[in-house]
Formats: sequence, structure tokens, C-alpha cells
Amino acid sequence: MSEVRIEEVHKSFGAVEVLKGVSLNVEAGQVVALIGRSGSGKSTLLRCINGLETIQSGRIEIAGHEVTQDKAKLRALRTEVGIVFQSYNLFPHLSVGENIMLAPRIVKNVSAAQARTVAQDVLNLVGLSEKFGAYPDQLSGGQQQRVAIARSLAMHPKVMLFDEVTSALDPELTEEVLNVMEKLARDGMTMILVTHEMGFARRVASTTVFMHQGKIWEQGPSPTLFADPQTPELRQFVKSDVK
Amino acid sequence: MILRSFGLNDLIFLLESLRWTLVLTAIALTFGSIAGLVIALLRVSQLRVLRILSGLYIQIIQGSPVLMILFLSYYGLSLMGFQLPALVAASISMSVYVSGYLGEIWRGCIQSVAKPQWEASESLGMTRYQQFRHIILPQAMRIALPPTTGFAVQVVKNTSITSIIGFVELSRAGQLINNSTFQPFRVFLTVALIYFAVCYPLSRLSGWLERKLHVGSAH
Repeated sequence: MSEVRIEEVHKSFGAVEVLKGVSLNVEAGQVVALIGRSGSGKSTLLRCINGLETIQSGRIEIAGHEVTQDKAKLRALRTEVGIVFQSYNLFPHLSVGENIMLAPRIVKNVSAAQARTVAQDVLNLVGLSEKFGAYPDQLSGGQQQRVAIARSLAMHPKVMLFDEVTSALDPELTEEVLNVMEKLARDGMTMILVTHEMGFARRVASTTVFMHQGKIWEQGPSPTLFADPQTPELRQFVKSDVK
Repeated sequence: MILRSFGLNDLIFLLESLRWTLVLTAIALTFGSIAGLVIALLRVSQLRVLRILSGLYIQIIQGSPVLMILFLSYYGLSLMGFQLPALVAASISMSVYVSGYLGEIWRGCIQSVAKPQWEASESLGMTRYQQFRHIILPQAMRIALPPTTGFAVQVVKNTSITSIIGFVELSRAGQLINNSTFQPFRVFLTVALIYFAVCYPLSRLSGWLERKLHVGSAH
């Protein structure tokens, strides 16, 4: 059964239609990369998947939850779907440890001791176990982003969404974040990522989806898609990336 | 009528009356803060009608002199059969005045917490209450501290208006002394100096908090 099912999704901001009938299935354990130019609708699609944007028509189902307007149902969905943003969005008034423990404590009612254990585990996973007591503004961008990933992982999500998570980072810091994501992928996490890192998409994503003008223009297994683009738009896009 | 000279006893009387200025300020800030927080939260409510009503409240309070609120609670309520002591009437009107301003100051502080903070906490499954309680208000408080301290300075000075209904705080005490000494320069300069001695440290505190909390720095 598909972990994520997207059917004929339409989404407009005012008069501008940004998603024009998008359908996509993601199986459990699959890593799907969404690529495309700015404004192609890839970030919007990702945000629709966990209900941060509401859709005008179509259907989205993820981890057994239907994306609705119902707030209680949406919260249930979000305990099982993690999202990481381009701008990290750590809580600046809380330490790294508190950032990670807060949601498990108050949303899932995990005990303090249990939450602490989980926080240490996920920090260890992203290679920042020594930063438990640090505050976000004491960390580099790459470290902050790894904490953001750890914070999502602490909820034990079934699916992880990544929204251009390395776009604000320099190449070196990008690398350390991508390494963490690659580790997650190897461990079998279902992932959907919007990315400009073509190399990473080619290497780690099982499927790459090229979006263009609000539609899925082309999709396929990553190696094939990059090696042999079928549409002129993708050919152009792939070529322009090789700088 | 024999005029006496402004002396040590008068100074002591002034300092004792300062206590009532400070008590009234404390009461007004306490109750005004509680009401102001409610108003601020209503101002950012998801329900339009609550936003409009609380906005109207703020407009009315900010658009009318404190003196009118004071007269309404002192003379108005007594007409309706509530004979309020001057301290109570003064407390009520000053609290109302404070709530109208703090409500608006704090609304701004709440709204200046970065929008992605809402999205990040929402995406972790938090309820709106949990978002306010754990994410938004703690950050808003930090932003609010300097302007709130600055506003407290205004409250200290504006309590002087309650002298009009006979509440004997610092200004009223100065008037009483002047009535029997008729040395307005000595008396009111002393009164002004005492106000300054209270307000200046508060202003400095506000400035210090602003630098200390490096408000406005990007997170």
C-alpha cells in the first residue's frame, strides 16, 4: 500500500493556479526527489502534503491519514509526518535538547525521561550529541538544520518531508546535512524532498519527479531520468545544472 | 492666614505620598497587564468578531483622555450607587487605561514573532494553545519587555491625574503643600525631581533590556 497518495490535486493562490492536477504515489521506504525551477509548484506540493497549504480540489492521503481541514485530524497526521524547512525554524528561546523534547512531551505525552532518551538518540544520529544544552544561535546553519531534522525524528514519523533544506547553506555545511539525510534514506525512511541538489537526488532518491508549470512533467527512477530526459524542458533543466 | 515655609516635614510628606503613587502604579500595571494580555490575545484571535471587538476597545481607550475614564469610574459609578473610595476608582480607571495600551503593544509583540515559528510548531502537531504557551508567548515576552518597561514610566507619571478626584499621591501632596506654603517653584520642582528619580532608572532599565535582549536580531 502506498504511504503517500496524491490524486489530482489543484491549488491556487488567488487567481494563480500553482498546482494543476498533480498525482503521485510514494511507497513506504521510497525516497522521492521533487525538482524543477522556482515557481514550478514543488514546494507548494510538499506543503500541501502536511496541510500547511489547503488544496482546492483533489485528495491527499499520507501515512493512513487523509489531509483535511479538520484540526484534530490534521494534528494526528502531523505526529506521523515530519517536515524540515529551508530556514530551520528552531525555537530560539529553547535549548537544542528542549527543542527536540518539547513536542514528544506535550503532543505525545511521553514521559520526561523517555523524551530525554529519545532526544539523545536522535541527536546522536545527526552527530550532535554534545550540543544538547546549546542554544540555536550558538550553532552553525548546518548544525541548526541537523537539529531541525532531529526534532522531527523525535516524533518517530512515518514520512519525512524536506523543503529545500540545504538552500541556505554553503557547500561544506550542505554536505553534512545531506549525509544525515542519506543515512535516513538507507535506514528505510520514507522521504519526499524538494531539492536543488541534483547530485544528491540522482544518488539517493529512488524516484525523481520533475515539475514544470504546476504539473508533473516527467518522472522515473533517478538514474534513468537524469541520464535520459524525455522532454525538452527537463533536458534544458538538467543541462543548466551542470555548471 | 500665615504661610509657612517648605521644610523637612513637607519633604517627608511628599516621600510618603510617593508610596501611593507607586502602589497605584503597581495595581494599575498588575490588573492592566492581565486585562491587556486578554485583549492582545483577542486581537490575534482566529475569530474575526473577537478581533473587531477588542480592536474597538483599544480604539476607545486610546481615543479618550484618562481623565474621562477617571470621572466615569468616580462620579459615574457613584451616580449608579457605587460609592467608590478614591483609591478604588483610581485603580479601576488606571487599570483600564493600562489595558488599552498594553493590549496594543503586546499584540504587536505577538505578531512580530516570526511566522515560520507558527508553521514549525504546527507541523509538530501542537494545538493553538500549546503554540501560544510554549512557542509564541515566551518569544513575544522577550520582545515586549523593553516597550513595556518604557510604558511603565508613562503610568508612573500619569497616576498624577488621580489627584483630581482627591487621591493623595505625590502630585496631590505637592498641591496640598503648595496651598499652605505658596512656594510653587520649590514644591513642584521637588515633586518633579521625585518623579524623575523613579522614572529615570526605569527608562534606563528599558534601554538596557533592549540591548541585553538584542531585540530585532534575526533568529
